[in-house]
Amino acid sequence: MAEVTPFTPIASTIGGILIGVAAVLLMLFNGRIAGISGILARLFPPYAGSDVASGAVFIVGLILAPIFYSMVSGLPVTQTVSGNAVLMAVAGLLVGFGTVYGSGCTSGHGVCGLARLSRRSLVATFVFMIAGFATVFIVRHVIAS
Amino acid sequence: MLRITISLIAGLLFGLGLVIGGMANPAKVQNFLDVFGTFDPSLAFVMAGALVVTFVGYRIAFRRPTPLYAEQFHLPTATELDRRLVIGPALFGVGWGLSGFCPGPAITSLSLMAPGTLIFVTAMLAGIGLARLVSKNASHTRLEANEGKA
Repeated sequence: MAEVTPFTPIASTIGGILIGVAAVLLMLFNGRIAGISGILARLFPPYAGSDVASGAVFIVGLILAPIFYSMVSGLPVTQTVSGNAVLMAVAGLLVGFGTVYGSGCTSGHGVCGLARLSRRSLVATFVFMIAGFATVFIVRHVIAS
Repeated sequence: MLRITISLIAGLLFGLGLVIGGMANPAKVQNFLDVFGTFDPSLAFVMAGALVVTFVGYRIAFRRPTPLYAEQFHLPTATELDRRLVIGPALFGVGWGLSGFCPGPAITSLSLMAPGTLIFVTAMLAGIGLARLVSKNASHTRLEANEGKA
């Protein structure tokens, strides 16, 4: 049986607003889309632009966030991550390949692209949402039952 | 240097948003995707909050001819709806559903050091490298100036 998680509309809205502020800062100051898969992809050669350092530092900020959160709030960050190595390896490959092949992920297409009213991002977001819903449905309600 | 500082602040805020919003917990993400089971609609609030702020903020940003600390806005120029735009997100969605991780939360979770996260991120980086190899003209790299002024 899947673990139940509490509905957190207020915390989640605040979290979303912070993500939005981060995306706006990155565009207003640096002229960059806050797309995580794109930022990660640009850390790999061939290097097209000169902003590798900015991208790397953004990633460092992402990694430091849970530590910073716990330092300020005094609360641990709780999460449940599957320990199934094969499952996580397959999923990681699919996410890495799929996001870069499809030019974006939840942040690049789902937030920044939709905010720009990009038709491509609308299509991509629709497809990965449907694929996500379908996958969880099949894993939890078809295979498991 | 200013650009680097903004990048660090933005990365930190983005990661805090993921943590506070609950997206750094794969169990919560999978419950969002489990409409017919232990459904948790929280992530719709993360998406909505992020989208409203970004929509308004981008409009303010694009009133300027250029960003404050860069010579131009770097925006995707591709407009065609091609096959890759279906195949890529479809593969991504399957991996997202299987693990509960998309790229941002996976990276943010690195400092929490769950074994599954380390495996996921290693494989994700391999997948990114592979996609870079097969797609030489990914729209990520096709960047052009000032398209966002419209």
